[in-house]
Amino acid sequence: MKIKHFINLEWKQYFRSAYWQKSMALNILLVFVALYFVVTFLALGIALFPLLKDAFPDQDPLIIVNSYLFYWFLGDLLMRFFFQKLPVMSVKPLLTLPIKRSKVVHYVLGKSSFSFFNFLPLFAIIPFGVMLIINNYPLVSVIFWMVGIFIITLIINYLNFIIESFSSETDFSFLPIIVFAGGLFAINYFNLISFTDLVSSAVSSFYETPFLVVIPILVLIVLYVVNFGKLKNKLYLDSSLKSKSQEVKASNLEWTRKFGDAAPFMQLDLKLIWRNKRPRSSVFLLILGLLYGLVFYPNPVYQDKPWFYAFIGIFVTGIFLINFGQFIPAWDSGYYKMLMSQNIKYKQYLKSKFTLMTVSVVILFILSIPYVYFGWKILLAHLAAAIYNIGINTHVILYGGSFNRKKIDLNQRAAFNYQGTGAVQWLIGIPLMLLPLAIFGASYYFFSFEIGCLLLTVFGLIGIVFHQKLMNLITDKYLDSKYKMIQAFSQDN
Amino acid sequence: MINASNLTKKYGSKSVLNIKNLEIPKGQSFGLVGNNGAGKTTFFSLLLDLIKPSTGQIINKGIQVNNSEDWKPFTASFIDESFLIGYLTPEEYFYFIGELRGQNKADVDSLLSQFEDFFHGEILNQKKYLRDLSKGNQKKAGIVAALIGNPEVIILDEPFANLDPTTQIRLKTIIKNLAETQEVTVLISSHDLMHVTDVCERIVVLDKGEVIKDLATSAATLKELEAHFAGNETVVKETI
Repeated sequence: MKIKHFINLEWKQYFRSAYWQKSMALNILLVFVALYFVVTFLALGIALFPLLKDAFPDQDPLIIVNSYLFYWFLGDLLMRFFFQKLPVMSVKPLLTLPIKRSKVVHYVLGKSSFSFFNFLPLFAIIPFGVMLIINNYPLVSVIFWMVGIFIITLIINYLNFIIESFSSETDFSFLPIIVFAGGLFAINYFNLISFTDLVSSAVSSFYETPFLVVIPILVLIVLYVVNFGKLKNKLYLDSSLKSKSQEVKASNLEWTRKFGDAAPFMQLDLKLIWRNKRPRSSVFLLILGLLYGLVFYPNPVYQDKPWFYAFIGIFVTGIFLINFGQFIPAWDSGYYKMLMSQNIKYKQYLKSKFTLMTVSVVILFILSIPYVYFGWKILLAHLAAAIYNIGINTHVILYGGSFNRKKIDLNQRAAFNYQGTGAVQWLIGIPLMLLPLAIFGASYYFFSFEIGCLLLTVFGLIGIVFHQKLMNLITDKYLDSKYKMIQAFSQDN
Repeated sequence: MINASNLTKKYGSKSVLNIKNLEIPKGQSFGLVGNNGAGKTTFFSLLLDLIKPSTGQIINKGIQVNNSEDWKPFTASFIDESFLIGYLTPEEYFYFIGELRGQNKADVDSLLSQFEDFFHGEILNQKKYLRDLSKGNQKKAGIVAALIGNPEVIILDEPFANLDPTTQIRLKTIIKNLAETQEVTVLISSHDLMHVTDVCERIVVLDKGEVIKDLATSAATLKELEAHFAGNETVVKETI
């Protein structure tokens, strides 16, 4: 009975929010991305057996698959951490109603097991299992093998929430998962404990002795109970209220005076970033972004693909720009009404954001100079990318901000608050990266690496030259959507 | 000072505000009362250009508010907690507002020193962020922030709600003082008829978006308002 009410409430929350109505295109895009993955997995599931049979005729495909499952599970966990979020539910209004707390928690946890992430592997596992059965593998064993893998998928589902809840309590949002996954990978890689074999033999054991499936089921139950306990504790108002009252760390930011009339907003933005968990974690993301180049540059595979450098350059020098910029002006959504009735010029407000992003690009470029170790071309590509970021991407992202209709609750007092993160956040970065990649890639293909860098630089310089004009254009756009933004930002969901 | 003419606000076919003509002279303390949904906040939001009028306009000191932003320097307001920036301390917030209104730290400090009574030692030097203050203390900070920079028009929505009795009384003194001695036009809305009659020299009653009473406050005003909202107006009129 109650479950029906919950579903009803959420349905309404979702479809009645301003966000849904304004971003139909984004929703459609998400559906396509999901479909793409379904088809890919389906193809993988069907083709895997014959492919393996062809490539390794003297080995059992099932055993090969089992031996790679460890990486599959590890990848699954990482993907989930960055893309899957615990279902959000506004619980505060429910607390005083005659609904058992445990019911709310069961509902939230239960709902998460219906996540797309849990069904996606099935699209690969079931066809593969069917192929096994067709090829005369014993029916019961194969079924239990599939059941076993599905249960492990669910285990990963609940394990992820535990890791997420740890990481949401620290500032280093992604650090626990990196340490956890990296640790497992390293232990396996250096053969301290061979998880590959461990997972492989565990999964094989479901195949050989079906009743052993009981073990992962028990693990699943334990994880569910741990999650349950964690969430139930959060369902008290004071548990989230009490811990939040922090001592103020005041600092005077007099040096921002150099930026003239945008100074008050710069100070505000810096405080915004430093004093709120959400934007603060985007600062820590900078470290990850800076190191991103290390994934590619030392790798000989990419050495002869210089068209790739510009892409990495855009990413490395623009990670703050993308991360912080895409939520302009939603960062200020909590007090947007006040800003709009205050004695301010929109232009100053936007200029402050622009300055902040530009400064970040310059700093990140300087920090990325050591990459020159891998070749002077990288430095050149990074410089071109940085200029492009300053000239074009800052303006694009500011312009895009005028379409922003999703409020961000900086206070984060509500339990279950992970809003504004998830798959959508990453999708918005695509045009910012793909366009320069296209420009650079095309000119590299038709002309040369140097021309590509030159072209990116020229585009960037054009943007910088027309900065004032572009800012006027952007300001007009913001003024234009002022009422809509005020209305959307005063909505709670 | 403020003039609203042919002002309407419709959502779809539903009209939430319809004011033919309303003139508020400079230095008047103006009270807006009415039940929920009467259009008080809608009127204030229109006055601050936070929503768009369906027809008509509001002129604030000769400036049409939805055409130009030049009314902002002399108009200050506190509508609700969403006017506060939760991650600032009260002092930082006051200085920030001060900066927007062309006041330096010393100006703001000297203004704040006048409100030590009002703050009751719970706002300044607390080493707390605004988001961690109680609702009532947040309101105090918001109201005082609206007084920074010598505005000529001050708009306060429900300023008495959530305040403790002592603070309510102090706030009344402050508002009266603003209108009487400093020629500030103060617009407040309230559900508390007693406070509003105490403070305002003129009271307008809104009902379903329309002005149905426009009274100069006198000794009989409170009675008249109480009778109106109790729904037995005719009886009172007969006895008078």
